[in-house]
This record gives sequence, structure tokens and C-alpha cells, in this order.
Amino acid sequence: MSEPTPRQAPATGSGITCREAIDFIMAYLDNELPMEQRHEFERHLSVCPSCVNYLDSYQRTVTLGRETHRGNTDDVPASLLKAIGAARKRSGSA
Amino acid sequence: MTTSPISGVHTSETRPEPTGDEEHLLLSRLRAGEDRAFDDLVRLAAGRMLAVARRMLHREEDAQDAVQEAFLSAFRSLDRFDGRSRLTTWLHRITVNACLMKLRSQRRRPERAIEDLLPKFAEDGHQAMPSRPWREEATCSADSTEVRELVRTKIDELPEQYRVVLVLRDLEELSTEETAEAMDMSVNAVKTRLHRARQALRALLDPYFLEESSK
Ligand SMILES: [Zn+2]
Repeated sequence: MSEPTPRQAPATGSGITCREAIDFIMAYLDNELPMEQRHEFERHLSVCPSCVNYLDSYQRTVTLGRETHRGNTDDVPASLLKAIGAARKRSGSA
Repeated sequence: MTTSPISGVHTSETRPEPTGDEEHLLLSRLRAGEDRAFDDLVRLAAGRMLAVARRMLHREEDAQDAVQEAFLSAFRSLDRFDGRSRLTTWLHRITVNACLMKLRSQRRRPERAIEDLLPKFAEDGHQAMPSRPWREEATCSADSTEVRELVRTKIDELPEQYRVVLVLRDLEELSTEETAEAMDMSVNAVKTRLHRARQALRALLDPYFLEESSK
């Protein structure tokens, strides 16, 4: 397995590093990044395919978490329904 | 049991969200202390609450306990429900809190360090190992049982404090502020933890979704 060279973005003299870019991702997606940092972030992406891939998989991770769990309703065992009813009578609420 | 005034609740397999009017009616019956109204509430909400508890807790027994505790706590505090939020939303919050209480009372499981799952950087701040693209279609099938199971298993592998924040924010869709309040943390701490949790989950899913050519 040969590793492509990790340094796809110019290492120096051109704005932020991958470390900073990845730090910014959540604020960027939430539209909470100040204008200047937003530009830096986008400029970094324009020269760093690795961070483009990272951003894409990060977003897809968030979506997956959300969508694979959205609004599901589980079948409730009859024993649990019964236990809740019994517990209510015991606790004397209502 | 087909005489419930909440239409569809007992007959529908999918149990659609009750409408505001249905909730309102149920609430007045509950406040009037109508015995059957409590059973109706349980049948209406237990399935969703159990799904939440199973997402938050590892053991089935604990999940069922938490749902039971949530209902008892809801019955006790019905008077304090101000009707400004939906009944189902209110029950959802109560369930989350019951689960958090359970988690706090449990002994911590051995877990891996979050740092192992965060990206590594070279000295110049660039990614030590370049991130590779995920297959285009890999994540489209969020509905498939396989993908659901995979995501679920990987979320379970997250270190507990990160897992809980991710579940509350991304799965239960609480706001940052609500999560901060529920977990007694600052808003900034929630943000930091969520970002790390997502990065860690991304890392755990990465090997499954990489493009063949870039594996
Ligand atoms: Zn980069």
C-alpha cells in the first residue's frame, strides 16, 4: 500500500493549515465562522484535496447519524406497558 | 381497546405523530385524572421513548427502566407542563433526562481514548495521512439495515462522554443550549465535544466507505 504524499497544500505562506481548517469545520457548517476565517477556510479547501475529502466525509457522517435514527418508534414489549401501569398505581399518581 | 378518542393511535402500525388537537384533548383528560387517559398516553408515546432510551443506553433492561422512570416522572409533573411545547417534545426531554440519570449512576465502561480517533497532523499542521474520498453511493442508503447497524455499532464505540453529546445533538436533535443544560456543561464545551465526537465517528466509519481504489 503506497501512501500518497500528505502535503497536497503548500506548507507555508498561504493561510491556514489542515489542522486549523479541520478545527473550523463545525463552525463553518453552522455558519458561525467569522467572514475572514470563512474565506481562509475556503481558500484552504481550494488547494487541499485532503481537506475537501475530510469535509465531505464529516458532513456525511453527521447526515448518517441523523438519518439512520430519525423518528423511529420501537415496538414496546407488553411486559413494559404492564410494568408502567403497575408502577403508576403503586406510586399513586393521578 | 378501540374506543380511544385519539384517532388512529391503537390501530395504526406506524403510529403517526399525534396532532396538536389530539394532544390537547389527551392532556385535559389526563388533568381530569381519567384513568384510561394514562394508558392512552403510554401507548401513544412509549414506542418513541423506548427508541430514544435504546439509543442512549447500552442495555435493554436499562432502556426499559428509563422509560418507566420517565413516565412516572411525567405523571408526577403533569401539573407543571405548561402546554407551550408539544406533549411529545416534553416527554422526549423527560426521557433524555431519565437516561442521563441512568448513565450517571453507571460504572464507566473501559473505552478508547478520543485522541486515537482524531486526525493526526504533521509538524507543519497538514494532515499526516491524507483523507481519501468516500464512495459516492456508500452513504446514500441510510435506510438499509446494514448501514443502520454499522452506524449504530460505531456510535456505541465512541468514548462515553463524546457518544452522549453526539446522540443528543445529532440523533435526538437537541440544540446546543439544550444539550449544555441537560449535561450541565458550557455551550462551548458541548461544541468542542460534538466536533470531536463527529470526527471520531467519521474515523470509525472511514474504512467502510472508502473508494475501492483509494483503500
Ligand atoms: Zn488541508
